[in-house]
Amino acid sequence: MEVIIIGIAKSAIRLATPYLYASIGETIGQLSGVLNLGVDGVMLMGAFSAFYTVLKTGNLILGLLVAIVVGAIFGLLIAFINVTLRAEQGISGIGVYIFGLGLSSLLFRTMVGTVQAVSGFPPLFIPLLSNIPIVGEIFFRQNILVYGAFALIPISWFILNKTPLGLSIRAVGQHPEAADSLGVNIVRIRYLTVIFGGMLSGVAGASLSIALLNVFQQNLTNGMGFIAVALVYFGAWRPLSVLTGALLFSTVNAIQIWVQVKGINIPSDFTLMLPYIVTIVVLAAMAKRYVRPPKALNKPFERGE
Amino acid sequence: MPIQSSYLHSDMKRDTSKITNLTRVEKVEMRGIVKQFPGVLANDRIDFDVHAGEVHTLLGENGAGKSTLMKILYGIYHQDKGEIYVNGKLVNIRSPLDAIRLGIGMVHQHFMLVPTLTVAENVALGLHSSRKFLLDLDIVSERIKELAKVHGLYVDPGAKVWQLSVGEQQRVEILKILYRGASLLILDEPTAVLTPQEVEELFHVLRSMLNRGYSIIFISHKLHEVLSLSDRVTILRDGKVVKSLPIVGVNKEKLACLMVGREVLFQVEHPSVKLGKVSLALEGIWVQGDENLPALRGIDLEVYSGEILGIAGVSGNGQRELAEVIAGLRKPTKGRVFIKGTEVTNWSPSQLLEYGLSYIPEERMRDGTIQKFTVEENLILKDHIHQPYADGIFMNFKNIARESERRISDFDIRTPSRYTSLKSLSGGNIQKLILARELSRNPGVLLAAQPTRGLDVSATEYVHRQLIEQRTKLKTATLLISDDLDEILSLADRIAVIYEGKIMGVVKRNEVSVGELGMMMGGVHKDKIK
Ligand SMILES: Nc1ncnc2c1ncn2[C@@H]1O[C@H](COP(=O)(O)OP(=O)(O)OP(=O)(O)O)[C@@H](O)[C@H]1O
Ligand SMILES: [Mg+2]
Repeated sequence: MEVIIIGIAKSAIRLATPYLYASIGETIGQLSGVLNLGVDGVMLMGAFSAFYTVLKTGNLILGLLVAIVVGAIFGLLIAFINVTLRAEQGISGIGVYIFGLGLSSLLFRTMVGTVQAVSGFPPLFIPLLSNIPIVGEIFFRQNILVYGAFALIPISWFILNKTPLGLSIRAVGQHPEAADSLGVNIVRIRYLTVIFGGMLSGVAGASLSIALLNVFQQNLTNGMGFIAVALVYFGAWRPLSVLTGALLFSTVNAIQIWVQVKGINIPSDFTLMLPYIVTIVVLAAMAKRYVRPPKALNKPFERGE
Repeated sequence: MPIQSSYLHSDMKRDTSKITNLTRVEKVEMRGIVKQFPGVLANDRIDFDVHAGEVHTLLGENGAGKSTLMKILYGIYHQDKGEIYVNGKLVNIRSPLDAIRLGIGMVHQHFMLVPTLTVAENVALGLHSSRKFLLDLDIVSERIKELAKVHGLYVDPGAKVWQLSVGEQQRVEILKILYRGASLLILDEPTAVLTPQEVEELFHVLRSMLNRGYSIIFISHKLHEVLSLSDRVTILRDGKVVKSLPIVGVNKEKLACLMVGREVLFQVEHPSVKLGKVSLALEGIWVQGDENLPALRGIDLEVYSGEILGIAGVSGNGQRELAEVIAGLRKPTKGRVFIKGTEVTNWSPSQLLEYGLSYIPEERMRDGTIQKFTVEENLILKDHIHQPYADGIFMNFKNIARESERRISDFDIRTPSRYTSLKSLSGGNIQKLILARELSRNPGVLLAAQPTRGLDVSATEYVHRQLIEQRTKLKTATLLISDDLDEILSLADRIAVIYEGKIMGVVKRNEVSVGELGMMMGGVHKDKIK
């Protein structure tokens, strides 16, 4: 029994990784007032580009960097559409998603063809800590991208709450006119957060294709990016609560996988649904808690309106 | 009269501000300023200037172009033609940051504060930190306290802005400017939302700043304020300067006449009517306020058909909650509300609307309109599903057009057309639009909170006449909540004074003196006075 629980806990931590990267990126973007529903598409592009780089060069760091650059390029595109062209953010996000999905599938078919595996980031045992019984096994024998994802929580909290940049981000998402009247460059802040969010989505994709699953296939993410967006609402735009949400989701997921692997007699369609049902139920239950999204979310800014 | 000695130098030492090389604004001149908006020439070759140590007031009807001119000076808009000189030097102000760097600060007609942030965070926003990548809110707070002390602008730097009273928010706006070392203050209708006491405090602060060499551009529709604070006045009409004159020897009537182009009556006729039945009644109403303390503590009121009942009181004594309870926006913890004899406690706002209640909310920018909609759409908003604006499931655009054109001309709403989107209207014209809609619904019961706030003298006159006319001709029961005692005295048939959520007494208008009202507003019960 203990072994089972440790196993599930360990894989829950692993599985939270892509959600954490993507959700934190989305949180920061939304706090500055930009809703990006294209996360899943960017994740797919990050996943493919990292996978392809590693397949051709065997260089994991290079693979990660390429995913970050590809994510940044997509972030730039999203920022241009939403901030400069002031598009309807919900719709343009869906466009980006479909674009990312299509392009990654196309590139995969023409450049790779068949599903192959690469060797991804190996587990990195943290000295001393990894020897602690149970805890060491669950938390400190993971790969570097898992550690990175968890480190992101305090880092993003710190940036948002303790730095002038974070203050500007929060102000821009709540009351851009006020921020503008004090000389804060709204456009620059929003480009920054959206590009950063794109990079994190790229890393989220890479964490799947070169650290957790170590393969690529069409639509590898299978809607994870959308769950990441839901987790932002779940977490009420606070990194720590986003972490809670991601862990809840990944734990249910880990249980679900264990049930399937064990061949326990529950219809797999049902177990697959489980994490999503839990998410919806919890989201609905929390809706009463009345957290308000950033006031200027999804509202393009133009001076003098 | 050095400004900089105390503040700007300490500024440099601590480097809490990125603007360190400010020189004092001795003189600002705007020459031949032209600004065209779609369908409106908002500023038409305007000349305007202000010197250190003086208050130069901009006066003009709603939509005359005052805010536009000031937004040009602050870099929010850019002029189509014309030049701006600061201390004799031609400057090009492309953004608020440019204006801040020149020592210009602006308090906007609608507050520019982030409600979810603290006072210190609102002040620090956009500034470099003395700790580079780490916020230095402790230092900012200290300096806010220093500035507060020097200028008498007390406010808690750690408080969240949404928790502050309007008067305190106003102080934060001014502190934001002073913190950045500005020496020219543009104040766009800073007093519109303040109580008379808060206005006195503000003026006190401003006068002492003038003695230190600050310059102030002031905008207000309240003529007694203009007369008491200004050194010079420039009057705008339809985007043009009508006249610029020193304040000495000028009176209220003259200013109003210059502004509107005709004589304005400050008193309205008040014909007597025979009262009908009780239309609106409150019985023992208790309500929680935002801070979870009781804001209303056992209110009993009756408003008869055909009368205006004025609610007088220092603002913050439960007036807002009173309006919200009647409008169905806040649930009473105890007590009952009746309209025309029917109990309506806990009815939804839309049910109340159907039942003949009209509501002119205090926070009109937030509660009364939809910014993205057109003037026409906003004008029929609450009745759009009924005849004559809808036939079944279809809109009747002919009737909508006719009715909105009528309201635009009756209420003199200055807009290029009825298709213009609401957000490009001037502040006062948005107010007029809401009044037009609510008053045209011919309600049985009218709830009017601060109905003339932000309106120019002629619009105020018009609204006052409308309120009286509805009372006299249509026998509307009106509950009038206003901070402006003069307004209550000139409109109300009876006056109820509210203090800390209780009614101190209800008196007939012509049987009470201002002194007695003042005592009641201070918490003395009517029975104890005589
Ligand atoms: N962003 C804008 N787009 C289009 N028209 C505008 C815009 N801002 C102002 N206007 C128009 O310019 C004119 C002047 O507006 P402004 O806000 O300067 O008036 P104001 O004198 O400040 O009036 P108030 O006393 O009501 O505040 C108005 O007719 C208004 O409708
Ligand atoms: Mg104005």
